[in-house]
Amino acid sequence: MQFRTGLMAAAVAAVAVGVTGPATAQDPLKVGFVYVGPIGDHGWSYRHDQGRLAIEDALGDQVETTFVENVAEGPDAVRVIRQLASTGHDLVFTTSFGFMDATLEVAEQFPEVAFEHATGFQRSDNVATYSGRFYEGRTILGHIAGHMTESNQIGYIASFPIPEVIRGINAFTIELRRVNPEAEVNVIWVNTWYSPAVEAEAAQALIDQGADIIVQHTDSPAALQVAEQRGVVAFGQSSDMARFAPTAQLTAIVDDWGPYYIERTQAVLDGTWASGDTWTGLAEGMVVMADYANMPEDLAVAAEALEQSIIAGERHPFDGPIYAQDGSVIVEEGVVLDDGALSTMDYYVQGVSGSLPN
Amino acid sequence: MTAVFDFLAGNVLTVSFVVAMIGAATPLLLAATGELVVERSGVLNLGVEGMMLAGALAGFIAAKTVGHALGLPAAALAGAGLALLFAVLTQTLLANQVASGLALTIFGIGATKLVGQPFTGEPLARMAPLFPAPIREMPVAGPILFGHDPFVYLSILGVGCTWYFLNRTRAGLILRAVGEDHDAAHALGYPVVAIRYGAILFGGAMAGLGGAYMSLVKTPQWAEGMTAGWGWIALALIVFATWRPMRLWLGAYLFGAILVLQLRIQGTGVPVSASYFLTMTPYLATILVLVVISWDRIAVRRNAPASIGKVFKPSM
Repeated sequence: MQFRTGLMAAAVAAVAVGVTGPATAQDPLKVGFVYVGPIGDHGWSYRHDQGRLAIEDALGDQVETTFVENVAEGPDAVRVIRQLASTGHDLVFTTSFGFMDATLEVAEQFPEVAFEHATGFQRSDNVATYSGRFYEGRTILGHIAGHMTESNQIGYIASFPIPEVIRGINAFTIELRRVNPEAEVNVIWVNTWYSPAVEAEAAQALIDQGADIIVQHTDSPAALQVAEQRGVVAFGQSSDMARFAPTAQLTAIVDDWGPYYIERTQAVLDGTWASGDTWTGLAEGMVVMADYANMPEDLAVAAEALEQSIIAGERHPFDGPIYAQDGSVIVEEGVVLDDGALSTMDYYVQGVSGSLPN
Repeated sequence: MTAVFDFLAGNVLTVSFVVAMIGAATPLLLAATGELVVERSGVLNLGVEGMMLAGALAGFIAAKTVGHALGLPAAALAGAGLALLFAVLTQTLLANQVASGLALTIFGIGATKLVGQPFTGEPLARMAPLFPAPIREMPVAGPILFGHDPFVYLSILGVGCTWYFLNRTRAGLILRAVGEDHDAAHALGYPVVAIRYGAILFGGAMAGLGGAYMSLVKTPQWAEGMTAGWGWIALALIVFATWRPMRLWLGAYLFGAILVLQLRIQGTGVPVSASYFLTMTPYLATILVLVVISWDRIAVRRNAPASIGKVFKPSM
């Protein structure tokens, strides 16, 4: 784990202020970020760091940002978050589900510091939560996969069985089965967010077992590279990974945290920050789809149309009828699952092989 | 039972399984073989992870800017370069080996991150297989024996030569003597420090190759921290293999086999709660098997280098 600050930039800024600025120049607002992986993962943590840089771009001298990467989910996270809170940071973003308890624990001890926890569901007076509706993108992936698969075997590399990941699997599978009722999803849980070697191994196993489309909910482009080598197609995760798999990436779900991060930092600067929950998706631009590539033209058009209908609110990824694995109806036709049900999802829908424990 | 047999026939007794197993084990085998020699010479270098990253990055840069042929030597050199730092600290300046090794890992992670920044996100063409297509495409034997990249053959050659060197050559005997009792070896006139320098450099070069296997073959890209803890697994393998090269080979392939197997079991659909257990199995099973085969405590004590980790300061 390394610790780095935008100290250089801050020093330069301080000199500039010293020379030209008013003598009463305020101290910059210190904003800290805690990442679960390295910023060079090309995926999840990379996109959060792009959001951090967007704050620096937008707010310049008013802010000073710090990040700590490769922070393990668990007791170590408490130490890191506390260190940020106790070194004058006014706003701390903790960017992984597993930082939830650690964030709440530290927040209680530092009531004057604002905390923002990504993908979590527990809040307090100074802990807000935010996330993207990534599952909206998964619906589009399911649509594409349903048309593209020939073996009707979809391989899905999943990280941890938390609602966020299960929701993604289900959103994908619901649309997949509507397009192609024969298709099956086989899930491998690798129990890590970032381990290129294990992710590649999992992709290898799924392809060996007959999958011709690979979907991932892990953070590195390793699975895409294996897909490229083995001549099957796949989807990128968190960021556009096309350069790692120019002929294999069909599209990617891209996270765009910048606008939200700028807005929340501005709120702290203005003194208007308040705890709350933000959960936005394609319509608001927190979730963006990469180019639709390596597929027939008409399918790309259909995917684009589906994206637009989700943005317009005409289509909801979890509209009924939705079937359980045993074929019984979970959601009736005409009914849409609400956010409460989505945020606690702990079951597979029909079309996913294997089982989640009760 | 038939379901189990069907699964084994379809997923384990297959060419693709063996190929995947070898691929998973190779970085571990390379790094662990080098560190085994280091430890047999009486030095504990906990910097394997850092040296692997140095090799991964150097191999990637060389392959990207010059060509794949240079990837291997560059990786070995980078690993050895970092190891040289460790050797100077521990052998010449007599620093604590555990602290120096940990520092080496931390330094390796940080330095590669810094130097690797411009190469982050750059794709790299895959390394060509060693043998021509007609040989590789023979049924069964083709993919298993001839389908690999140079690293795989190097790792097997490395562990074989290490076994021969340690057990069948005079130089290997001397190296082991240094590891067992450096004062006695010194008294006999053997250059303890020079021998350990050599072993440490060899260990670094092998760790570098292990790292480069990841950045050139497994996932041809540079990403910081991409070895993701495999250097530590290599270190653990050595202990459980009781410092014996052939057991190390077995242990590495066993780890690879179970890693690949557990993913394949999941691919056929098992409950998620079982996935946690399955994720543990490569570690558990490898430890278990190696503990069982090295049950004889006396033999283990005989194998563990007696001077490991101790500072050698020749009396004048």
